Amino acid sequence: MPTKQQILDLHFMDARCKLIDLAAFLDRVERHDGEADFRFTALQKAIPILLSDLPSRAKAILDALSDESTEPIERATIQGAFGAPR
Amino acid sequence: MKYIEPHAHMVSRTTDDYEKLAMAGCAAICEPAFWAGFDRSSPAGFFDYYRQLTDYEPKRAAKYGIPHFCWLCINPKEAEDAGFAREVMSIIPEFLDKPTVLGIGEIGLNKNTRSELAIFEEHVQLALDRDLPILIHTPHLEDKRKGTRLILDSLATFSALDRGKVIIDHVEEHTIGAVLDAGYWAGMTLYPESKCTPNRAIDMLECYANEQLWLNSACDWGVSDPLAVVKCGLEMRKRHYSPDAIEKILFGNPLRFLSQSPRFVI
Repeated sequence: MPTKQQILDLHFMDARCKLIDLAAFLDRVERHDGEADFRFTALQKAIPILLSDLPSRAKAILDALSDESTEPIERATIQGAFGAPR
Repeated sequence: MKYIEPHAHMVSRTTDDYEKLAMAGCAAICEPAFWAGFDRSSPAGFFDYYRQLTDYEPKRAAKYGIPHFCWLCINPKEAEDAGFAREVMSIIPEFLDKPTVLGIGEIGLNKNTRSELAIFEEHVQLALDRDLPILIHTPHLEDKRKGTRLILDSLATFSALDRGKVIIDHVEEHTIGAVLDAGYWAGMTLYPESKCTPNRAIDMLECYANEQLWLNSACDWGVSDPLAVVKCGLEMRKRHYSPDAIEKILFGNPLRFLSQSPRFVI
């Protein structure tokens, strides 16, 4: 198994790139006219999980972006998904 | 790198992709039945699709020396109209004895509706009646966790089901534990935007150290990469996995699951 140092050597630049891209995305949404929707709100709620000390931040973010309901719905009104619950 | 692509929608790919897969070391391709990107207008459309999966596509793959197998069903995206879905299901049995058909799949849920769930359960019963393996699709994005739970709850009601002959695909960090804990196989799908990246999949391999996992590209007509599995193998190499360990995950694990069908001979 690689050491922490080796993991950093392998993946730091990629993570840095994605973090800056996320920051630029937040800036971009705020800079443009109109109202953001539930997807933006869900992302804003999920971002603090990055700084938590949870044992699995990836799982926690996926959970935060999941539909909380438990029963099957009566009918589908769309076929696709949005990436965040309404 | 010797590997098996256990989930690819080759009807949506070009012949150039077969050449790339062959050059990358792909030893077999398995193609579950799925959605065409639009709803088919009649059961006859599915009849032709099953002919394509069981007859035409194996010949196209054979030109590149790759054995091609398939799974049959009506996918959950087209299961909202239960009457239509049952009409389609009525034509599936005549294809189940074709020499490259492995089992029933990819069945499952899409928007987690009652109708999807009913058709899912009828497919499970069909597989049980024929003693066939099952490949299950879990929903996308925000619907995945709920859909996975509904699928697990439903499967738990089938007491005769051999959990080891069922693979639940497209797991992510929030669903993998429940699937493996219940005794099923789990599939990790490597997509550029949704589902898993190669490094997240490798993280899950490390966290779950389970024998019942496979990797797939699920390449189709959307944003996907037919070489995703072998590229994940390269990432494993960067993370100090030995060639034997990589081959075990990329070739040995799918071989063990798929060999539960006597038709899977490579």
